[in-house]
Amino acid sequence: MSRTNVRKVRRLIQGNEAVVEGALAAGCRFFAGYPITPASEIAELFAERMPQVGGVFIQMEDEIASLGAVLGASLAGAKAMTATSGPGFSLMQENLGFGCIAEIPCVIVNVMRAGPSTGLPTSPAQGDVLQARWGTHGDHPIIVLAASSVWDCFTLTVEAFNLSEKYRVPVILLSDAIVAHTRETIELPDPGTLKIVDRVKPTMPPEWYIPYQDNPTGVPPMAAFGDGYRYHVTGLIHDVRGFPTQRVDEITSFMSRLFRKITQGFQEIFITSGFMLEDAEYAVIAYGSVARAAKRAIREARDRGIKAGLLQLITLFPFPKRTVQGVLSKSKGVLVPEMNLGQISREVKRVNECMTKVYKLNRIDGQGIKPQEILAAILQMWEELK
Amino acid sequence: MKKPITKLIHEYLRHDKKFPHVWCPGCGNGIVLGGLIRAIDAVGLSKDQVVLVSGIGCSGRMSVYVDFNTLHTTHGRALTFATGIKLVKPELTVVVVMGDGDALSIGGNHLIHAARRNVDINAIIVNNQIYGMTGGQFSSTTPYGAYATTSPYGNIEHAFPISELAVVAGASFVARATVYHAQLLEGMIEAALKKRGFSLVEVISTCPVQYGRRNKLADPVAMMTYLKENSVKKEKADTMDPKEIKDKFVIGILADVEKPVYMEDYLQVKEKSKS
Repeated sequence: MSRTNVRKVRRLIQGNEAVVEGALAAGCRFFAGYPITPASEIAELFAERMPQVGGVFIQMEDEIASLGAVLGASLAGAKAMTATSGPGFSLMQENLGFGCIAEIPCVIVNVMRAGPSTGLPTSPAQGDVLQARWGTHGDHPIIVLAASSVWDCFTLTVEAFNLSEKYRVPVILLSDAIVAHTRETIELPDPGTLKIVDRVKPTMPPEWYIPYQDNPTGVPPMAAFGDGYRYHVTGLIHDVRGFPTQRVDEITSFMSRLFRKITQGFQEIFITSGFMLEDAEYAVIAYGSVARAAKRAIREARDRGIKAGLLQLITLFPFPKRTVQGVLSKSKGVLVPEMNLGQISREVKRVNECMTKVYKLNRIDGQGIKPQEILAAILQMWEELK
Repeated sequence: MKKPITKLIHEYLRHDKKFPHVWCPGCGNGIVLGGLIRAIDAVGLSKDQVVLVSGIGCSGRMSVYVDFNTLHTTHGRALTFATGIKLVKPELTVVVVMGDGDALSIGGNHLIHAARRNVDINAIIVNNQIYGMTGGQFSSTTPYGAYATTSPYGNIEHAFPISELAVVAGASFVARATVYHAQLLEGMIEAALKKRGFSLVEVISTCPVQYGRRNKLADPVAMMTYLKENSVKKEKADTMDPKEIKDKFVIGILADVEKPVYMEDYLQVKEKSKS
């Protein structure tokens, strides 16, 4: 196709709308959800769009049921997702663990609002970051991404599906009330130009199919129910055939494969973005809507002659340890602004091996962090360390 | 002509793994499993076409033994997974096996909504009136006054009438049988499989180990006799005084209605959305 023929659509849309566009472009054909502000627009738009593209939208009785239906749909072969906010995300933790252990691809969008509990409906927050990583019980692999803009909402939803399908793992996309409700003009890419990943399906005859057998990627091919490969799926620890096991050797090899498949993909899974970072002496590490405020603060700091730079974390978990360590080793000080009491700064401190001072800037009052606040914190850090 | 049971066992149970089963002597789960397999065979469904979804508990282990597409879900959520499967692949026959704790206690909300939505799913609830696997605690169908490990002085909660609940929630087909009435059970499951829309077959089952032992029914035969003596056919119950059937199990078809089925309506939504 020649360049001039590429269909470009410029649209003024909000973050939640971009999630829907991204999901449809990624091939998502099943959505189940339960209404909750500030995520409801995603369900509303899917209700309108899914039947048009031959997919299924269903409004379930609660968020537990929503994720259950999504996992069922994925087992039947569809790319499936749900969207919610903090209170609903809490309810999803049970079935999220099922998705992890049974290795069922799915995407969960959590438009974060201030908590705990019903909290501040519906002011922005980033309080669910560690819940996204550790919310469901037991040790489990998971991928968590954070969107900072409307464009991110589109591209990261596509990315979330790609990673989920490739690694057979639930992927959580975090946004917040600011990102979700901000309207921006974005140019929707031609779906044909996007990189779309589909899960690997078995090609061997059904009698040879061993559903959870290890291979070099650690990700076994996944048969859809009804495709002739009859197999067992369970939330119990299982052997290579999917049947419950209590044998130590089978448990060990299963659990180590679950983590190895993600570890092997680190290069691809870690997504970060640098802004004026090359020569930065004072770094800001931020994610979500705060990362955008940080960009402006960094420009203004540069205007004042301070060599500041931003490392934007797009993948929050698995935590991009090496990249963050690179920034820590090159910087005099690192500032981590976030709309919680320090959920990512805790991770930054955990991987800090070079005594670099890590500063925090936190808000939990339902207000976004403004560029001036970040600038003031950078200036203070600079004063202390210069 | 019906096939001999040995042939059915070889055809429908998994050869490669997991026998002997986990169920206790005197458990009714095997009778339910037998009825289910005979009904599937009678309807003539291919094994690839059947999805068996189960929840957590003794009956939940049924999914391990049968050679279908099988899914052993989280506690109480089996119907939600089944809903997702059925909507993506409406051509599959989705059977959901749950216990009373699974379907009524933790999963009660999903049960009434699945019935209300009328998704074409076949639910089988094995009601042994107790939490068996966790050690005999009272469930939401344990009779008033019965003894359990968490009701050592007698149960002061009242039992949910599962089938009656499903009827008012909007299920297309509701039937009750007991594991004593094995032929009736098989016929009810067969009728449920053939029915469009949400169907529910409640099977009153036996748990001599966890329920019977504490309620003077420790002998499996005594439990079976108890089911036999306390069951009344629906046709007969309709002619009786409600007071007489208060503590009886009314067995047979309780509801069989024609109403819009979710996926068929959704196909129309798809058409509307394109015009």
